[in-house]
Amino acid sequence: MSRIAAKFEELRRRGEGALIAFVTAGDPKPVMTPKIVKTLSKHADIIELGIAFSDPIADGPTIQAAADRALRAGTTPSHVFAMIKKIRQTSNIPLVVLTYYNIVLKPSLETFMQKLATAGADGIIIPDLPLEEASETRKVARNHRVDLILLAAPTTALIRMKKICKASSGFVYLVSLLGVTGAREKLSDAIKHIIAKAKISSKGRIPLAVGFGISKPAHVREVIKCGANGAIVGSAFVKIIAKNLKDERKMLKELGKFGKILKSATKNQRD
Amino acid sequence: MKYMNKFPAKGKFDGFGGQFVPETLMPALEELKKAYLKLKKDKKFKRELNYYLREYAGRPTPLYYAKRLSSQVGLKVYLKREDLLLGGAHKINNTLGQTLLATHMGKTRLIAETGAGQHGVATATAAAMFGLKCDVYMGTVDMERQKLNVFRMRLLGARVIPVKSGSCTLKDAVNEALRDWTTNVRTTHYLLGSVVGPHPYPMIVRDFQRVIGKETREQILNAEKRLPDAIVACVGGGSNAIGIFYDFLDDPVEFYGIEAGGKGLKTGKHAAPLCDGSGGVLHGSYSVVMQDKFGQILPTHSIAAGLDYPGVGPEHAFMKFQGRIHYDSVTDDEAMNAFKLLSETEGILPALESAHAIAYLKKMPRKFKGKLIVVNLSGRGDKDVEVAAKAMGVKM
Repeated sequence: MSRIAAKFEELRRRGEGALIAFVTAGDPKPVMTPKIVKTLSKHADIIELGIAFSDPIADGPTIQAAADRALRAGTTPSHVFAMIKKIRQTSNIPLVVLTYYNIVLKPSLETFMQKLATAGADGIIIPDLPLEEASETRKVARNHRVDLILLAAPTTALIRMKKICKASSGFVYLVSLLGVTGAREKLSDAIKHIIAKAKISSKGRIPLAVGFGISKPAHVREVIKCGANGAIVGSAFVKIIAKNLKDERKMLKELGKFGKILKSATKNQRD
Repeated sequence: MKYMNKFPAKGKFDGFGGQFVPETLMPALEELKKAYLKLKKDKKFKRELNYYLREYAGRPTPLYYAKRLSSQVGLKVYLKREDLLLGGAHKINNTLGQTLLATHMGKTRLIAETGAGQHGVATATAAAMFGLKCDVYMGTVDMERQKLNVFRMRLLGARVIPVKSGSCTLKDAVNEALRDWTTNVRTTHYLLGSVVGPHPYPMIVRDFQRVIGKETREQILNAEKRLPDAIVACVGGGSNAIGIFYDFLDDPVEFYGIEAGGKGLKTGKHAAPLCDGSGGVLHGSYSVVMQDKFGQILPTHSIAAGLDYPGVGPEHAFMKFQGRIHYDSVTDDEAMNAFKLLSETEGILPALESAHAIAYLKKMPRKFKGKLIVVNLSGRGDKDVEVAAKAMGVKM
């Protein structure tokens, strides 16, 4: 069983939802990432690491700025592989990479997946790689035992949702709203609907995690209550990094504090 | 090999193209494709579009024999006068088509990206005429160098939204437009301005621009009783080029697509992905792009804002690998000289973009000496007077 599947299974037995925490690797600089991940790992169940791309069309201003900081600090995919290797030496937490297709394609699918797997990553999310274009990537990822996690959106019709649930591996990333990543005050009304649609489609065969706009404990509680198996929080963590660029200790402390609150919102939900 | 009407097949030009966009947009692309393929066959839609192209935009545009220019460059040169269209560029062919398409799909709002501002103006124009809301994304660098067009768009009732991310030019405007579309996909049509982006855009924009080549064909056969030996057009995203080339693709005509060589290919400061780029995915399709070894998109440079883009339409990448179209580049300086040359010899101020095509006349292979050449004069240069003055060291 993959690390991701094992984690969801473990959480299911405990009656908890997964807290999936996203940060951009190399933000604000490469040396910080292992420390940030170590802090987040105390509470989060799965870590999602973004490999910055110059033109992130699925991301809002918060994560765009994080990508800018990472790129300005000279972060490259090779650095990120090295970070993952380093994190793996001391931690068994499932690690998922999020990046855009051109970054994966440039060295070749085979090379990228091989390096990713060797470094110790468990999955990959490629927001600009929809189902129709994903078959080759799925094959290569599978060969390297990397989960290719597909996304579904509020605009995804039921019949398409079924195909996505079938083709996705690790979990299905449900996009909670129409739009780009970024913290929102309120949860989108589409959330109940998309989770219900995904539950019918997945028939419990693959975990469902909801992301985009999830930034508060109440949001996390709500998506788990609606039947999702996990909540993905990105921009809200990235904002903490952005706010404390000059104070490393405070940054880590705040990240830990926020992670703890969010994690507790994933517990004691099920009746 | 025959090319016309064979591609795209399953959304691709033999491997180039495709749909590399967030899942949220996939149903919208499918809806757009279906609506377009249905309307394409609809006689009433065709009549309606032709009516607007003729009575509103000013088609057909003349094919003008440029006698004095011809003697200067040692070729027999005809100019396809897209600069005479409403708005001053070929862009209106596409925006009228897509706006009509959007109204049939029940969309109430248009969004667009713009570099030089020509596509923004053409979108704002069509939106005003059809009574739709219109927001145009434009990089702040481009807003500065194309102030005139920013004001024109606002006069036409459009909102111009400054884009401050990345390099603050056309590619970032496309990013922002895609993000907006993802958010407002149910009410909004994204009116892409070139043969780039995910399928079906490269096909739709090409089809709406084909009118240039269809007219040219008829006109040159009338004037010269024969087909031209070569056709020259500038290539940014590539819509005016594919538009004039397309209906000659299966004929013994040679094509030259001219990219922005900026300060020279060797300096890296250019916008010529077909000449000096490699395979990659940008803005929803697989084509050639300017990128570093990690796949990060590189900043570009051109004196012509409309060519200042690191990617190019997937059909051009396909044509390059097929060897059917030749691609070359001219520098900022060569384009500036052509800008002056056409002004002085013919009394026509070309857009700096189109000046790249004019500049290539001096660099055509020797075998074309005295031969019959058509140049797509895709836009007029009034918008560029300020940039030109600056390049010439003139204070206005």
